[in-house]
Amino acid sequence: MSSPFAFDPPLTPPVLPESDVSYAVHPTSVGRLLLASAGGRLVLCAYAVDTAAEDALLRRVAGAVSPRVLRHERPLDAARRQVDEYLTGRRRRFDLPVELTLASPFQRKVLAGLGRTAYGERTTYGALARAIDHAGAARAVGTALGANPLCLVLPCHRVLPSSGGIGGYAGGPAAKEALLALEAAGRSCLAR
Amino acid sequence: MDLPPFQQLVDAHWRDVARLAHALAGPSHGDDVAQQAWTRALAAYPGLTSTRNLRAWLLTITRNCAMDVHRAARRTVPVEKPGLLAEAPVTSAAADPRPELWAAVAGLPERQRAAIALKYVTDLDHRAIAHVLDTSPAMSRRLVSDGLATLRLTLPEESR
Repeated sequence: MSSPFAFDPPLTPPVLPESDVSYAVHPTSVGRLLLASAGGRLVLCAYAVDTAAEDALLRRVAGAVSPRVLRHERPLDAARRQVDEYLTGRRRRFDLPVELTLASPFQRKVLAGLGRTAYGERTTYGALARAIDHAGAARAVGTALGANPLCLVLPCHRVLPSSGGIGGYAGGPAAKEALLALEAAGRSCLAR
Repeated sequence: MDLPPFQQLVDAHWRDVARLAHALAGPSHGDDVAQQAWTRALAAYPGLTSTRNLRAWLLTITRNCAMDVHRAARRTVPVEKPGLLAEAPVTSAAADPRPELWAAVAGLPERQRAAIALKYVTDLDHRAIAHVLDTSPAMSRRLVSDGLATLRLTLPEESR
């Protein structure tokens, strides 16, 4: 039975204030990024190829930080601008308050170890494992980097397999190669 | 409790909440009621203990907000007929093909109006309506049928 109550008023979506977590989707030359911040700190900068990946990431943020997660671009403006600057070779390091809420203690240790590898440089999973006193844990280091919640900002793309090849990357191998090429070009500019 | 990101609730249910708010509070207060409902829902969300029936939870809040607006209006506007919405009945003819019908719905007692709006505007079944109105499915059926009976008497033959 069709409803006798035809009812089609003009509807406006609600306008909600910024809450515990704000997020924004940011399409870039290396892929579709999902950025999220909480309390003024960036907690997520991850590749979200589609809305399913986006949902999974946001559920992780909701569980780890707060379920009050809303789409708001303004709190991510600085991060998005710096990502764009970085991807066009105008920025070599990120200057953003970050929080590794989404990383395990081991992951934090691995991600902290990334700081030794400067813009345009490369290292290997094995070397990074040794540098953080986990010699032999190259595979675990690779896994920890694969779940990096702050891609680009914490440069996990600078870590490669010692056996050669490009290795894994959350944004796909093409994105990893593009980032390494970008940094190599930026470095040669610097040297000139 | 793993609650989904609040934005998912907004994206999935904002139209239902807005439609119910408009049906219960009319065109002049509908947007306000919907907005208030979302603000209240956001505030209460982390304390929620079950993710079952989030839609009914949102519609319950919407109905409560509509009742608050109604009470506030009653305090400031003298009402000759208790139980009627104090504001002008729904008459946004541009959007509503049958304004006289919704004017008549606005004249029903609140629980009948809410039951009819939940059934025909947000397509809830009697179990869900009972949940929102905090009553039994049998009472929900009765509220809807009483409301419909009143509407049949109120409305002129051709607009039924």
